[in-house]
Amino acid sequence: MKITRRTALQGTAGALALGLGGLNFDFTKASAQAPAVKRGGNLNFAISAEAPHYDPHASDTYATLHLAAPFYSTLLRFNLPKFPAVEGDLAQSWTIAPDLMTYTFKLHPNVKFADGSTLTSADVKATYDRLRNPPQGVVSTRKATFADIGSIETPDPLTVVFKMKAVNAAMIEHFASPWNVIYAAKDLAENPASPRTKINGTGPFTFVEHVKGSHIAGKKNENYFKKGFPYLDGFKGIFTLQAAAMLNAVQGGQVLGEFRGISPAERDRLVQTMGDKIRIEESSWTLNLLVCFNVDKKPFDDVRVRKALLMAIDRWGGSVGLSKISTLRSVGGVVRPGSPYATPEAELVKLPGFSKDIKKSREEAKKLLKEAGQENLKLVLWNRNLAMPYTPAGIFLVDQWRQIGVTVEHKQSDTGAYLATMNAGNHDVAIDFSNLFMDDTSLGLSKYLSVTRSPENRSRSKDEVLDKLYDDHMRERDTEKRKALVRAFEKRLFEQAYQQPLLWWHRIVPTHKQLMGWKMSPSHNLGQQLEDVWINA
Amino acid sequence: MLRYTINRVLLMIPTLLGVAVLVFFLLRVVPGDIVEIKLRGDGGSVTQETIDMERKRLGLDRPLLTQFGDWMVGMATLDFGNSMWTERPVVTEISGRLELSLQVAIMATIIAVLLAIPMGTMAALFRDSWIDYTVRLLTIGGLSIPSFWFGMLIMLTLLALFNWLPPITFTPIYVDPIANLTQLIWPALAVGYRYCAVVARMIRSSLLEVMNEDYIRTARAKGVYERLVISRHALRNALLPAITVIGLEFTFLIGGLVVTEQVFNLNGIGQLFVQSVSRNDFTLIQGMVMLIAAFYVLVNLAIDLLYAVFDPRIRYNT
Repeated sequence: MKITRRTALQGTAGALALGLGGLNFDFTKASAQAPAVKRGGNLNFAISAEAPHYDPHASDTYATLHLAAPFYSTLLRFNLPKFPAVEGDLAQSWTIAPDLMTYTFKLHPNVKFADGSTLTSADVKATYDRLRNPPQGVVSTRKATFADIGSIETPDPLTVVFKMKAVNAAMIEHFASPWNVIYAAKDLAENPASPRTKINGTGPFTFVEHVKGSHIAGKKNENYFKKGFPYLDGFKGIFTLQAAAMLNAVQGGQVLGEFRGISPAERDRLVQTMGDKIRIEESSWTLNLLVCFNVDKKPFDDVRVRKALLMAIDRWGGSVGLSKISTLRSVGGVVRPGSPYATPEAELVKLPGFSKDIKKSREEAKKLLKEAGQENLKLVLWNRNLAMPYTPAGIFLVDQWRQIGVTVEHKQSDTGAYLATMNAGNHDVAIDFSNLFMDDTSLGLSKYLSVTRSPENRSRSKDEVLDKLYDDHMRERDTEKRKALVRAFEKRLFEQAYQQPLLWWHRIVPTHKQLMGWKMSPSHNLGQQLEDVWINA
Repeated sequence: MLRYTINRVLLMIPTLLGVAVLVFFLLRVVPGDIVEIKLRGDGGSVTQETIDMERKRLGLDRPLLTQFGDWMVGMATLDFGNSMWTERPVVTEISGRLELSLQVAIMATIIAVLLAIPMGTMAALFRDSWIDYTVRLLTIGGLSIPSFWFGMLIMLTLLALFNWLPPITFTPIYVDPIANLTQLIWPALAVGYRYCAVVARMIRSSLLEVMNEDYIRTARAKGVYERLVISRHALRNALLPAITVIGLEFTFLIGGLVVTEQVFNLNGIGQLFVQSVSRNDFTLIQGMVMLIAAFYVLVNLAIDLLYAVFDPRIRYNT
């Protein structure tokens, strides 16, 4: 994670230095050791989209988390300064059996929901039962993530035991998912769909109001189980659905930050107009855009055509220009560059589509097209009608393919029509996207599984070799062996060229310098509980 | 007159019925699925089974005619159904935004009318003088400059010169009039400028025409004060076309200020419209289209009735 030279000294009050294995941490002591904080005040921040409901279990948009996360807790969460390490949230400590088949969590005592009821292990069990086996009428968008959980036991009110059906090497990270907020069992028993419209959590803030289209407000939870937190008296998340309005609000001081991310041009405007008053934090992002071929359609059922088109793309050169005008920046394989499982650059450049000798690469691409009888290939590139960064990505691809004699019609449409086209298999080639909250490959690689297993595989490919490599890596306990399986998966995927990351995104977050304690991470879905944020006014 | 009014009100029913049929079936032709957008729009990985379950829960799996029938029956009882995106009643979604949009429209209309009438009148009376040229210059500016761009200019000027912006969240006028007016005066000005330009030019043109009429010459020949010639005879006739324009512009402001609302971050009907279209939220789109159609029809009726007030020659016979 890179902090620019314009970044001011960040307050790190309440730094939570927890590692794996579960430590019993005294939060009062932590706040006493951290730099002096100023308690009180209300934080206004911008939210660039409005979620349809309050239930993160049923959502995949960051808007739900930016709106709801301050009201809830999770069992574990990511330790942002040490990402991807995890730390306890509701879990005071935890143990993992050596065979990874049992996870035992000890909960903090005396945790209260907003309605005054006490959290017990039954609430955690009810929540995870809802996640893995949602009742009729309830959606759990990450249901498949919990398929390996065999049973959940609650031997006492403060202990939850997860027994696995099979080893899942990423399970501890999934327990730290920001989407797995804990609900009250009685609320779920009364109405399993109630979290959509009702907020009753154990988080640092309690719900005050939500004015549709305008803002959501919360106030300090006086019964929050982490003594000394939160620092703020309250917050207001203001919906600013257009970038111009958001930038004006940041510049005018009406909001102290926007926590998703802005473009380079927007960053430059804020820096130019606000000077030392603005802090800019930058990081690589757990998002990418993909080039995705419809393998059910000729000539994209021919691996030579697919490979040729991927080899024609100058990612290394293109990233320099695109990073100046868009949020696209990093060249990487199936895993976020710089993360623990990412392929080192020395190996990456040997894979199809990642050579730094673009001239040679394009000559080979032309040969492949000629072999396949597609010298004068014409194709339609489907893309989302979003300026950032889909439009520059589409224009970039049009230019790259033009250089090997391919004519491209670039079609951009609204999300609905775009998804409909791809789901119906009516696309030739599409720019697809991958939106992850963590680096672990259990999430990131699932997109490339056979279409019969992965609904988000828009290339419609079926590849048993890839499926087996994925399954093997999910069960592999040894980290180095797991990495080797990921390497093999990536190699196979790129050789078959069904789909391939174009570039990974770059996250730029602006905050006023008086805003302290907020922590940057590679995912805009993380760190939104705001318990250790304060205002240095 | 009463019979005419009743006939016009009754005619509203087939008009709105036609709009309802059109909007319902045209929306179903547009590609895209709200369930897909909701569950997969941000990269979610849900099974087709889940998608189908959600579609069933929202009633999207039912035959089109059944959906249409249910909607029409609901409309008859002023129940426009629930938004497919938020699952809150359409009426609740719209009413929360209508207050703001209505207030901006009213404020813009007041600004426009208060400025346009004297400007247009002076320009006509002092034709080809510096007054006329100034007014024409200003009105050409109003017609040429998009109101959203003018709005952006206002915001950036406030920021650059005063380091200040209007409040970003809406406060009803009955709760805090100062905060309310501080927020809404700027979009009202941005929109009102163009509105004023249209009306002022209309008044200038029709006043110039009216001033050449025989009855004006007769009034002057009879020795009527010039002030009364203008106010009682000329302006009264010249305002008739302007009333039509004012009415149509007002109705447009209710749902048409999409970009201006975005510039000022206003939680209005225009923004709601765009969001619901991008999400394929059929029920909400249908509700808003019907609302705006009803507005247009009612405003047209009001204009026609107002004509009779201004022009006693007009009698509506059935």
